Amino acid sequence: MTMIELNQAGRTFKVKRRTVHAVRDLTFTVAPGEFVGYLGPNGAGKSTTIKMLCGILTPSSGTVRVAGLDPSRRRTTLARHIGVVFGQRTTLWWDLPLKDSFELIRLLYKVDRKVFAERLAELTATLDLGPFMSTPVRQLSLGQRMRGDLAAALLHAPEVLVLDEPTIGLDVVSKAGIREFLARINAERGTTVLLTTHDLGDIERLCRRVMLIDHGRLAFDGTLDDLMASAPGLSSIEEVVTHLYTAGR
Amino acid sequence: MFGILRAYILIALWQARPGLAGYDVAQAVTFCFVTQAFIGPMQLFGGGLAIPQRIRSGDIALDLVRPAPLQLWTLAEDLGRAGYLLLVRGIPPMLVGAALFGIVVPDGPGRWAGLLAGLLLGVITSFGWRYLVALSACWLADDRGVNIASTVLTTFLSGLVLPLTIFPGWLGDVARVLPWAAMAQAPADLYLGTAPVLDTLAFQAFWAAALLALGALGTRAIRHKVVIQGG
Amino acid sequence: MVRTYLLLAWTWTRAAAAYPASFALLLALGCATAALDLAAILIIFANTTSLGGFTREEVLFLYGTAGIAFTLTDLLFSNLDRVSAHIRDGTLDTFLIRPVNAWIQIATDRFVPARIGRVLQAAAALGYALAALDLDPRRLWMVPVMILSGVVIFTSLWTLAAALQFALVDAPEVSSAFTYGSAQLAQYPFSVYGRELVRGVTYVLPLAFINWQPGLYALGRDDPFGTPGFMRFLGPVAALVLALLAALAWRQGLRRYRSTGS
Repeated sequence: MTMIELNQAGRTFKVKRRTVHAVRDLTFTVAPGEFVGYLGPNGAGKSTTIKMLCGILTPSSGTVRVAGLDPSRRRTTLARHIGVVFGQRTTLWWDLPLKDSFELIRLLYKVDRKVFAERLAELTATLDLGPFMSTPVRQLSLGQRMRGDLAAALLHAPEVLVLDEPTIGLDVVSKAGIREFLARINAERGTTVLLTTHDLGDIERLCRRVMLIDHGRLAFDGTLDDLMASAPGLSSIEEVVTHLYTAGR
Repeated sequence: MFGILRAYILIALWQARPGLAGYDVAQAVTFCFVTQAFIGPMQLFGGGLAIPQRIRSGDIALDLVRPAPLQLWTLAEDLGRAGYLLLVRGIPPMLVGAALFGIVVPDGPGRWAGLLAGLLLGVITSFGWRYLVALSACWLADDRGVNIASTVLTTFLSGLVLPLTIFPGWLGDVARVLPWAAMAQAPADLYLGTAPVLDTLAFQAFWAAALLALGALGTRAIRHKVVIQGG
Repeated sequence: MVRTYLLLAWTWTRAAAAYPASFALLLALGCATAALDLAAILIIFANTTSLGGFTREEVLFLYGTAGIAFTLTDLLFSNLDRVSAHIRDGTLDTFLIRPVNAWIQIATDRFVPARIGRVLQAAAALGYALAALDLDPRRLWMVPVMILSGVVIFTSLWTLAAALQFALVDAPEVSSAFTYGSAQLAQYPFSVYGRELVRGVTYVLPLAFINWQPGLYALGRDDPFGTPGFMRFLGPVAALVLALLAALAWRQGLRRYRSTGS
């Protein structure tokens, strides 16, 4: 049983009549309950992978399956099984108070009212959303907004959570809060998590498994210990990752 | 597109009432495309000034302490843009009008000189009005209302929707002496030669001066508000 | 789909209700903007008794029917003209991760209930025209039919314009000239326009079926351009064909987006 399965998945873009391979021959699987860090330099193909996982982008070659579904063909069905957070922009409704955004999500995902109330109460407590529940999203601070986005992505209790740079721009305290929350979701609910980040602290703290993508290809896939062992003589994760990023070019 | 529809409607009206308001059909059609050409340079749909944005971001404080006075400097910028827009947004509608319906062209250097003076005064009047609207953002939390109201007044009372010369009764009398008439109706009449040149220019100059004076008062008021109260 | 639409629209209405002053302001300004077109018609008829062979009340009838169809579409689906902005800002992706049809979500995003004022204003003009015209009661059934097919035609035009924005991300004004231009066109009797233009908006883009062709039937008038009588009844057919085309174009546009990204 796998939660995410990519088989020779590739994605090309036409840029000024040149064909650019954003992702090529990507093959990996993620089992239910895994917490995977997805690393790569800017432009390596991380966001392209994530968009293929949610069905926003159709792969140009190979196959992608998430929760047993082909994302690009079954996009709206898959939406009930997957939670997505984009760190760079909110998926909430900019002009609506947070609680109205959540209510909309309940209606769109057709979550039972009672079940929803319980989940929301739990998320409100763990993410401490109470103080800004009635504030329109555009007035929230970045840290508050990210907590709101996380709650929104989990209200329909997805089996798999995909996070695109969720800690970008956050201060130390907010970051710690988000990390603790993600660890807890993964441990208690068994939610599969795929996390892309440039913050290696996120990886060290959270991910048992690390995948590293460079120039659209998988350059490393293994545990954090394997990653450290792959470059003997280097002591910190920063040094190892820098080594891997620069070795590829 | 809108100019073409408007031209058809004016043609139908002038076919029903030949010689209405002293225009013949060709002049009525020309009026339509000339005023269409004014939309860009006269900014008849409003806006075009960066001031409201700078007020919201607080950058207006920087503008107010520059050595060049805010109003003059903004006017210079607006005149430059108007010249550019007259070429890129003004000429295409005239060509469309000429190709589809045929339009009349001013004859004699006197008419052209009057037209150029009228265009300049029209842009200044339009600037004077938009500057006041822009400054109002300093006192209003939500400036959408003022902006839409200004656009409605300007499009309707400048002569862009229909020539002010066919507005009936008191509505026409009032519309023809308000500042918006100086932005499209007056320069269009100078183009067509259907109004006395000096009187028209004097009318435009009056409103240009009056609105600029009000703008100067407004600038003092916001300087007071921003500098003394700290925004 | 209808349920989802109502849910989304209701959420935005509730959000708008939190700012009653802003609601009242937008309502008043919407009416004022819409009143300009009406004022233009009244000013024209202060100078003449007939325009293109039609009386003031007949023109108000055409204005009212086209106006209701247009303002209803504008009220219900107008956010569709912001597709290119959504693509540029990257916010289109957020619609695609929800388990609900993307068209519905985009059409209702930032639903502005205050636009209802413009519908009421157009309805008032139509009400006045109907009261003044004394039309054949056996032909009045056409009025609701033409408004309904008008809404479908305008909505299809909006959708086509939105689909076009997937290809022309940098030129949203091209599509708004197309949608607002059609609304402007339908306010006057087509007899004022040139023969070529009228042919184009009858046989190429079926704008003549919003209110002109069915309106001639309701008013009991012959077509000055001499089209055959059965054309008066083709409104619903034209609306359905256009809706089908629009749906195809939309699917194609969305597919293009999903296969090119941005």
